[in-house]
Amino acid sequence: MAYKIVASQCTACGACEFECPNAAISTKKGTYVINASLCTECEGHYPAAQCAAVCPVADTCIPA
Amino acid sequence: MANIISLDSLMAPVTPEAMREQLESSGCASSSCGSSDGPADMDPEVWAKVKDHPCYSEEAHHYFARMHVAVAPACNIQCNYCNRKYDCSNESRPGVVSEKLTPEQAMRKVVAVANAVPQFSVLGIAGPGDACYDWAKTKATFQEISARIPDVKLCLSTNGLALPDHVDEIMDMNIDHVTITINMVDPQIGVAIYPWIFYNHRRWFGLEASQILHERQMLGLEMLAERKILVKVNSVMIPGINDEHLIEVNRVVKAKGAFLHNIMPLISDPAHGTHFGLTGQRGPGAMELKELQDKLSGGANLMRHCRQCRADAVGMLGEDRGQEFNMDLLPEAVEYDPSKRTAYRAVVAEERGEHLAKKAEAAQTVAVSETDAKVLVAVATKGGGRINQHFGHATEFQVYEVSSAGISFSGHRKVEKYCEGGWGEDATLDSVIAALDGINIVLCAKIGDCPKDSLAAAGIVASHEYAYDWIEAGIAAWYAAAHPSAARLTA
Repeated sequence: MAYKIVASQCTACGACEFECPNAAISTKKGTYVINASLCTECEGHYPAAQCAAVCPVADTCIPA
Repeated sequence: MANIISLDSLMAPVTPEAMREQLESSGCASSSCGSSDGPADMDPEVWAKVKDHPCYSEEAHHYFARMHVAVAPACNIQCNYCNRKYDCSNESRPGVVSEKLTPEQAMRKVVAVANAVPQFSVLGIAGPGDACYDWAKTKATFQEISARIPDVKLCLSTNGLALPDHVDEIMDMNIDHVTITINMVDPQIGVAIYPWIFYNHRRWFGLEASQILHERQMLGLEMLAERKILVKVNSVMIPGINDEHLIEVNRVVKAKGAFLHNIMPLISDPAHGTHFGLTGQRGPGAMELKELQDKLSGGANLMRHCRQCRADAVGMLGEDRGQEFNMDLLPEAVEYDPSKRTAYRAVVAEERGEHLAKKAEAAQTVAVSETDAKVLVAVATKGGGRINQHFGHATEFQVYEVSSAGISFSGHRKVEKYCEGGWGEDATLDSVIAALDGINIVLCAKIGDCPKDSLAAAGIVASHEYAYDWIEAGIAAWYAAAHPSAARLTA
């Protein structure tokens, strides 16, 4: 149960990093990655996964 | 664009005399931002805030330069005129940058620019996302920089959605100038502009999205106006969607205390990959834009000198020296040296006095004319407020409207440089003539017979008789000569 970021589409704007309630997102080689062991798909925090809701590029933050 | 002070010349000591000479021969790169009103009809407190800000004062943009640092890439809304893949170095439009910076890198870049560009007066954060939404980075950058260069003016640009959350901090950090992009005051119209927003931990679509955005924009504007922070409202003119509606936007934002309203033409090109670009939504022509601006001249002061610059632009408004200051060209450690900026300010204080006096004289010269002819004059200038550029070297013309009511800045027309290494291409000249649609007269420092004849055939008179004169003085002298009643009365 985790999301992942499609690196080839990521614009590295970083919005997902500070919206993530689990601090599961960090930069790696110029793009952002989700640490699957920390990701809860925002369950218990918000109705929708924050990274996917804020990401400006469609289908870039998706269920792993 | 020529620079007032080239990088090479900075290796040698720069004297005020050299700066003065540069200003008179070439000088700054653009003309007339924001309010064209001088101190005479402006609250002294407001004048003190805008007089050195190239975007807020028409007069200041002849002398002062801005830089944007691209520290805020995250955005909380999607606009149909924006594509978030913002990495092209050959494009010049808002939202586009070549490199994103951390606050620490931004500080190094700002110090390097302050040391090298004496005209530098304003630091802005305009994205490439939203400065208020990506607040932690915006705030850290401003704090670092104002600690190093206390006299730099800070400004930011935002879509307004996150603005109300940060107004108190904006106040505390002495950010005097805030630009809000407001494209509508009717959410129904917003539906065609904003497909979605991210607010309160969820994505909103359609009418709900526009309703929330509208309410937050109005709240932010009111909060800033209450605190006497100057607000510029930017509106993108989108023909068929909000062009007529911008009259209402102008009325509302003025009533809520906006200092300046800037109507910008939609930039739309399929190659940019924006929704509007891909769906064939066109941008307005230069005369369409002017017609709308003219309808609004009774509203909030209109900014007509906007160049829609990139989120990492550096330099005078008509130029971008960003490439000279890429991070890989900068040393690891830079110390701020205020000497050049201080010397330049002293020179400008003198030049401005003379410019203002000449402007007043010019207004009197045209005022006695008995004709009610309204004429659009395109001026080739490298800046410093003078007619000092060769026709063939111009990449933009400053447009002034002159009538017996006075001389006012009306806008600019971007063109392709006609003269390349001594040769002029006919095809390029045709495109320049097309860009000068509606212009009656071209004033420049020099023009060849061939382009002059082609302009004449298109009904445009070109003259280099007023080369190196102040812009307003040259226009007035030409106008007086063309309307002899004016010449006789002032002789």
